[in-house]
Amino acid sequence: MNGRTDWAAHIVLGLGVLLFVLPVWLVFAASTQDAGAIGRGELSLIPDLTNFSAYVTVLRDGAPGVAPVGRMLLVSAAMAIGIAFGKIIISVLSAYAVTFFRFPFRMLCFWTIFITLMLPVEVRIIPTYAVMADFGLINTYAGLTVPLIASATATLLFRQVFLAVPDELVEAARMDGAGPLRFLRDILLPVSGANIAALFVILFVYGWNQYLWPLLVATDQRLDTMVIGIVKMVGADTATQWNQVMATAVLALLPPVTIVLLMQRWFVKGLTEGDK
Amino acid sequence: MKRRTLLAGAAVAPFAARPVFAQAAKPKIVFWHAMSGALGEEVNRICTGFNASQAEVEVTPVFKGTYPETLTAAIAAFRAGQAPHLVQMFEVGTGSMLAAGPAVKQIWQLSQETGVVIEPNAYIGGVRGYYSLSDGRLASCPFNSSTSVMWYNLDAFEKAGLDPDKPPRTWNEVVDACRILQAKKAIEVPMTSAWFAWVQLEQYAAMHDIPFATKANGFEGLETELKFNTAPFVKHLSRILDMAKEGTFKYAGRDGAPEPLFNSGTAAISFTSSAARAAIAREAKFKWAAAFLPTDPDINPQPNNSIIGGASLWCMNAPGRTPAEYKGVASLLKFIASPEVDAQWHQNTGYVPVTTAGYELSIKQGYYQKVPGTDLPIKQLSRGRVTENSKGFRLGRMPELRNIVYEEVEKAIQGQQGAQAALDSAVSRGNRILREFEKSVRG
Amino acid sequence: MLPVALVLPQLLLTFFFFLWPAGQAVWASFTRQDPFGIRTQFVGFENFTDLFEDPLYVESMGRTVVFSGSVTVVAMLVALCLALFADREIRGRNIYRTLLIWPYAVAPAISAVLWILLLHPQIGAFSHVLRMLGIGWDYKINSTQAMLVVVLASAWKQVSYNFIFFLAGLQSIPRSVIEAARMDGARGWRRLRTITLPLLAPTTFFLLIVNFVYSAFDTFGTIQALTQGGPGKATETLMVKVYRDGVVNLNLGSSSAQSVVLMVAIIALTVVQSRFLNRKNAE
Repeated sequence: MNGRTDWAAHIVLGLGVLLFVLPVWLVFAASTQDAGAIGRGELSLIPDLTNFSAYVTVLRDGAPGVAPVGRMLLVSAAMAIGIAFGKIIISVLSAYAVTFFRFPFRMLCFWTIFITLMLPVEVRIIPTYAVMADFGLINTYAGLTVPLIASATATLLFRQVFLAVPDELVEAARMDGAGPLRFLRDILLPVSGANIAALFVILFVYGWNQYLWPLLVATDQRLDTMVIGIVKMVGADTATQWNQVMATAVLALLPPVTIVLLMQRWFVKGLTEGDK
Repeated sequence: MKRRTLLAGAAVAPFAARPVFAQAAKPKIVFWHAMSGALGEEVNRICTGFNASQAEVEVTPVFKGTYPETLTAAIAAFRAGQAPHLVQMFEVGTGSMLAAGPAVKQIWQLSQETGVVIEPNAYIGGVRGYYSLSDGRLASCPFNSSTSVMWYNLDAFEKAGLDPDKPPRTWNEVVDACRILQAKKAIEVPMTSAWFAWVQLEQYAAMHDIPFATKANGFEGLETELKFNTAPFVKHLSRILDMAKEGTFKYAGRDGAPEPLFNSGTAAISFTSSAARAAIAREAKFKWAAAFLPTDPDINPQPNNSIIGGASLWCMNAPGRTPAEYKGVASLLKFIASPEVDAQWHQNTGYVPVTTAGYELSIKQGYYQKVPGTDLPIKQLSRGRVTENSKGFRLGRMPELRNIVYEEVEKAIQGQQGAQAALDSAVSRGNRILREFEKSVRG
Repeated sequence: MLPVALVLPQLLLTFFFFLWPAGQAVWASFTRQDPFGIRTQFVGFENFTDLFEDPLYVESMGRTVVFSGSVTVVAMLVALCLALFADREIRGRNIYRTLLIWPYAVAPAISAVLWILLLHPQIGAFSHVLRMLGIGWDYKINSTQAMLVVVLASAWKQVSYNFIFFLAGLQSIPRSVIEAARMDGARGWRRLRTITLPLLAPTTFFLLIVNFVYSAFDTFGTIQALTQGGPGKATETLMVKVYRDGVVNLNLGSSSAQSVVLMVAIIALTVVQSRFLNRKNAE
């Protein structure tokens, strides 16, 4: 490589970074300013680092019509973690079954799971709601999470991972007399550690960012998630407290962004290898 | 009959000292409402007062979001067998609720079954009419009722050299005033309108005694056709479109979205609910006042009453509901309609009193001398005589009709179509919805 | 018995929350119901014929295609451009990558809030600049501007997802191929057109479908927070319409029919995608 600086690359990438960072910076700056000033369009680019009162207000009291943000954070976190772990567990189990066992209707099971790829939650939302009502799951934590746990993507990913496990390893385990569950625990889970980590990031973000589903299934304010809370705050007829909206937005961004950044390496690998 | 007052809480305080297990056995009444912020606090206060006034039931108020969200939630809950005991439903949902059959227990029926007398005649005529059957029996209980009025910014009027004590009374005067406000640069936006469909079409129809829909605006049956594309409506909408073109009117969104424009001092004249008073008083940093909605004297020199907006309370059914619970609902409704509660609700919120006794009590308390202008909506509501065009609306899926009006008006504001085309298209789309509704409730 | 027990939770969830509701949607699409679910009548294909005879529905379909197409093109072009430069050997490339990846975690509805702060007619920081330039900026009453805003907000969020895939695709191109092209004297634009882009084709095709599906189905939150489908019907995509008719207007027959149409569309897209990928894998 020659030693010259590639200015074109720095300019384009710098602009790209600016495109992403600038809106978020504005949101942060707005969260520390007076609601009235923002309402008049007098937003300053420089945050007032002495004024975090909007955060205190939303965390403790919440904005009109929504639960306190502290509570919404808990609901969002519980939902995201519940969905992530739930999906990983049932996908590992079912992928294990269809990969390593011969049993009647194995292919039927596989295709039944595969077909769910084609039915994103959005298009079957109304009838799913009716099913939820029949189960009495409206306005419950289970209602928020359980229906989103079934998904083909994770199962397909684990199937790929398991298929790649060398036959010798499987044979060796069999020779050792390891039972099927021990084989899963001692051999398969360790080799898919990186994939599980990657999947956790993807699913956490997926769960955290859900909008339409919680909007329908939880009309109770106590189950408002961060995303729902923000849209409600923006849509309120009364004069919007913009600094509070922005403070809530910052708090809603932090957890998923942090997880993506911390687990970046696994996540990028898992995403590009898994989704295809 | 025991007279219950707001102070009853103090009088019955000994009940509160009863053993805890007695409270635990009390049936619970769930009351879903759509009142956010300060209004929600008022609802909570009424419920607390009711709980303190008797020992048989305990009511829990629950905020369920906007009116449409509350309607959706109530319907979903009914389908799931978990309907609340009492739900607050906006006036335009009345047609849908009346068609809900076994989902609701109408008030006359509730009154009959529980023996708790809820007298329709206690309610003010213009309010009662919207929520009763053609023979006068009550379907739901009137609750928060307002009407629309014209709010205007006195400072801006003064700055433009207009007399702040003489608000424009006719639409021609409004147009002139707006031009002056614009020419004198007294303010950024001369005029805006919240609740466009309600104020500029529904109220306009009622006050000018022109039919909005056939069959007495739907009161006489389901086979109703919309009529709001006739000449007077077209003329009125073209006037507003012309104002938008010359910059004297600003369309700032649906429902209550334009309200902040007035409250922040950006718009000089705003049309919205009389119940906006509390918010304006809190937010406005200028002198303001309310006035009657302007009219067109060439269409009706003696304007009729304006119609109400707001909501009523519906009693809902669910499996396994006990007579004691229904009785609790009935006594809560009776409590809300008591003169003291009604008068205080009216004075604290800016909604009009819904009972004659509540109005009279407010007069006796000297409220209208203390806060001048607060009886203006009541005067506008009781002006002239109530005709079949000014009684209100009984149309199915009316929230959807309003959205159609918004969509067509928004297209017209952008210059994509004229006033006639906009209203024609709204009427024909609306009629399709009415036919759909008719089929769905007949089937 | 063990394998059945292992696969059972997944199957039960799939049945109760996917197959059963999908069946219900199909059934409801042939009925007319009142909102409270008290009267239900079978009406055959009436909901479907009503839909396709309704010019507003057909318009909404066209609008969805335009919207999704624009989001896809914008999000992919920007991402490709960034990925091409991030693939170069420059100082600080890892930092750049990190800074370009995190928006993946932003919820669609929250990206709408960011854009409100930039472009809202009253409070938007950028709106004032536009107004100073003499542009009458108000997406609440201007259809074209409204569409522009929802496209930008939706595409913004999707760029980093595409970036991750394009970069992975670029990195999987063997250096030897690039070197060979360089030896042949292919430079800059020509090398990109003749070597890089063809080799990226599988990634590009995959992303085309994913982006299209994303913009058609997952942007509901963005649109709801920004415009609620207005002004007029200017930003009412099919998803917004399903929600509006089903949840707000409680017209269950029609909204189920719309769901069925969407299901058919997405099944078709998935089949095209898996066909293509299978052929690629077989080659």
